[in-house]
Amino acid sequence: MAKNVKPRVRVPKTAAKGEVIEIKTLISHIMESGRRKGKDGKLIPRSIINKFSVTFNGKPVFEADWAPAISANPYMSFFAKVDESGEFAFKWVDDDGSVYDSKASITVS
Amino acid sequence: MKMNWKQSTFLAAAMALGWSAFAASAHAADWGAYQVEDRRSGYTYMTDQTRAIQNDNFQNPGMLWVEQGADLWSKVDGKAEKSCASCHGATGESMKGVAARYPVYDQNLGKMQNVEQQINHCLETRMEASPYKWESGEMLSMTTFISNQSLGMPVNVSIEGPAAEAFEKGKAFYEQRRGQLDLACKQCHDEFPGGIIRANTLSQGQGNGFPTYRLKWQKVGSLHRRFRGCNSMVRATPYGYGSDEYTNLELYVKWRGRGLPVETPAVRN
Repeated sequence: MAKNVKPRVRVPKTAAKGEVIEIKTLISHIMESGRRKGKDGKLIPRSIINKFSVTFNGKPVFEADWAPAISANPYMSFFAKVDESGEFAFKWVDDDGSVYDSKASITVS
Repeated sequence: MKMNWKQSTFLAAAMALGWSAFAASAHAADWGAYQVEDRRSGYTYMTDQTRAIQNDNFQNPGMLWVEQGADLWSKVDGKAEKSCASCHGATGESMKGVAARYPVYDQNLGKMQNVEQQINHCLETRMEASPYKWESGEMLSMTTFISNQSLGMPVNVSIEGPAAEAFEKGKAFYEQRRGQLDLACKQCHDEFPGGIIRANTLSQGQGNGFPTYRLKWQKVGSLHRRFRGCNSMVRATPYGYGSDEYTNLELYVKWRGRGLPVETPAVRN
């Protein structure tokens, strides 16, 4: 497992029904591409987060496959329309199989 | 009016000058706190996109180090079984202003101390713990956390009294040509700020944003790392992290940017 991985998410606490909200996420990760060479001249093994997915009340709302060219500490934001109160569940999947997750609730009035 | 050749040339030149002065003033941006007299923060040399990353506390990846530093602040370490919080309070608020006035001259040690050196001094003498390695995750988190407490405060280092000698040495370092390329710091940062150096925009080389999240580094780095990078690029042998040479230079560079706001964690390309 990559070291010091810490997800952060920002979801508005409240929203009006049908409102389109911006969701921001950031995760600390080295995102080693696997193409760089170390001081010994050997390739540094690839270690990236290859999948990011978000569900709202269990239903998928956003999904992305990440590639080696994505920077370290990836930031990703997206928009979603909310019709009901509920919980966003965020999931990042590492090359080594580790899963980092985070949750955030929103009240829709 | 009939003019001779000299007069008309003069008039044309004056018109050209006047026009260019007008054009320059029309495009002069108002950088607010990021500019003090003719001193401009590196922030003003970045693209809008890079500035947007820094402006948004959430998007700024340097804030990850601030968070890690906050955790480390209250972590007990060493034989004395203390954490930073044991003496300095639960939040980092007591550290407000530190980044703006460091490096300072320490009477007891008889030398200049910057933030990193002061952290290690505390770790060794008060907490009886092992010091952090200079560019380690712990050190960067702690310096970023401490410096972030002074966010927005104007840089105000003292170059009086015992610090005067270090200041002079730092200034001499800044003006000394070095390396196979035979370049001094000032030849780029005083004479060509705003110019392009390979694929990068030269800034005035102000130190107010450090520790800085550099997109090229993909992480936060210290001012001494930046010094080492610059020195090896002019093909000089860099000095060590925390060497007196770099601490003196740090004092001079901070003084050059006096009045500019502390921006830690700044985002630069």
